[in-house]
Amino acid sequence: MPIKRILIANRGEIAVRIIRTCKALGIETVLAVSTADRESLGARLADRVLCIGPAPSSESYLKVETIVQAALGTACDAIHPGYGFLSERAALARLCEKEGVAFIGPAAQQIEAVGDKLRARAEAEAASVPVVPGGAVADSAEAEARGRRIGAPLLVKAVGGGGGRGMKRVDDLRQLPGALALASAEAGAAFGDARVYLERLIENGRHIEVQILGDGEGGVIHVGERDCSVQRRYQKLIEETPAPHLSPALRRDIHAAAVRFARHLRYRGAGTVEFLVDIERQSFYFLEMNARIQVEHPVTEFVSGLDLIAEQIAIADGQGLKLAQDDVRLDGCAIECRINAEDPARDFAPSPGTITEAVWPTAEGIRVDTHIVAGARVPPYYDSLLAKVIAHGPDRGAALRRLDNALALCRISGVASNIGFHRAVLADSEFASGGVDTAYLPRFLARGPSVVEG
Amino acid sequence: MSLTAKDVAEILKLLEESAFNELVLETGELKVELRRGEAAARPVRTRESAAPPVAAAAKPVAGSQIAAPPPGLADVPSPLLGVFYRAPKPGEPPFVEVGQKIEEDTIIGIIEVMKLMNSVRAGVRGELVEIFAQNATLVEYGQPLVRVRAAG
Repeated sequence: MPIKRILIANRGEIAVRIIRTCKALGIETVLAVSTADRESLGARLADRVLCIGPAPSSESYLKVETIVQAALGTACDAIHPGYGFLSERAALARLCEKEGVAFIGPAAQQIEAVGDKLRARAEAEAASVPVVPGGAVADSAEAEARGRRIGAPLLVKAVGGGGGRGMKRVDDLRQLPGALALASAEAGAAFGDARVYLERLIENGRHIEVQILGDGEGGVIHVGERDCSVQRRYQKLIEETPAPHLSPALRRDIHAAAVRFARHLRYRGAGTVEFLVDIERQSFYFLEMNARIQVEHPVTEFVSGLDLIAEQIAIADGQGLKLAQDDVRLDGCAIECRINAEDPARDFAPSPGTITEAVWPTAEGIRVDTHIVAGARVPPYYDSLLAKVIAHGPDRGAALRRLDNALALCRISGVASNIGFHRAVLADSEFASGGVDTAYLPRFLARGPSVVEG
Repeated sequence: MSLTAKDVAEILKLLEESAFNELVLETGELKVELRRGEAAARPVRTRESAAPPVAAAAKPVAGSQIAAPPPGLADVPSPLLGVFYRAPKPGEPPFVEVGQKIEEDTIIGIIEVMKLMNSVRAGVRGELVEIFAQNATLVEYGQPLVRVRAAG
């Protein structure tokens, strides 16, 4: 049965983004909102809006049963979870399966296979995809033995984790027991799963991820890679495609590894396989798979001409993949800046409030994904993403120039933003030359640039 | 196709007289599931299977569409998004009727969220003057369910 009406279980710019594709496809939208988002742009654009609960996401956007009840009660054939919130919660996918509502994402068991980081490592090994040396530690004796084998520096990571929570760096093996206890406690509190594992710390690595699409029956294509090495505390700030200065052989091997991993899982839908790339050794390691659409998907759309949300919907609808690998053409270069309501001058503290002025640029090769218009509220309950400004050009230099021109035209009043900070990074010679590693941004900040206030 | 209350009553009677605990009736546009036994507290659950256009589908009364109560009156908001039922079981008398005196802990209805039944208490003392929410319809979080003339 073709999908005719979709419940969107998300907010902010991604809700607007999903509505845009649904309108183009002639699909009706029902947007689930908390009381804080009743007046949001998404709520104005959706065909129908349902208030699912109060502002805190634990009482609204994170309630699996309420979301499915909202879909059933409005006769939606499908649920799009966006990113964050319930997008990688196997319980939602499973309840959808049970109730006959299409979940626009992978099967529940695939979410589980990649959500447990140790299991994901094992799946990667089974698919002959290289992983960072490391593994599970059940007790302190095992931890000590494994720690000695891996050697310092190493990382203690949460099995159920992500985003840097439950992650500890160990430079001296004598610190290992303490780091294990701390990481385990943090992981237990953040993810309800106190299990941790060890991995060798690869310094000066680059974060490169591959966009894949799978039909759920073993058919998998990739849509190129994204370099997301510009990060602050594991939060991505700038993403681009293609990854600069990657040898053709390494790029090809990374793409092939991502496809191999997704094919091994018989992955369904859009997903991203993340790798840590060691440029000096020309080697790469599997980090994790994100079983959802990602914030940075527009850079891939810009160079491929694909609408990844439309591809997600088609796959959920049982239409499979519309493209073969050879049909995927990647043209030029695209770069995205995440504009956040945060104050670089105050250690990037979140800056919620009401937007009094919002001007976003329109120009050739520029795309802005946002839910922010004058009068919009930026509630303190959710992430601080205001917009994504994405530039496309025939080459990296052209895309960078367009991006900087576009950022210069942005005007946001009422909250602090990191627009000026982004411009300072774009102007930095190290970033401009391309191919920075994940330690770049801390290095840049340590140089104490005069960060222009957005 | 639509079901009248009489149709539902007849189907219920059939189920009641049969040896079955569960009945699922599905036609092109409509799906009705009935269960009894331990799940008997659960009222009839209906689901539109073929979606009429959103605009044409009866929109539940949204919280914002009901004017704020005049002085002396108070609305009881829905504590959850879910399906509102006025009675503990189909065929049984509703929990409350207009004109009835109610206390803070008087149950005014049930809200079902994926088979979980949640009692809704008035939270206010007085006389029930209006019932906004239709039986067996989806209500939003915060949507006014009933209006009460608050007691002195």
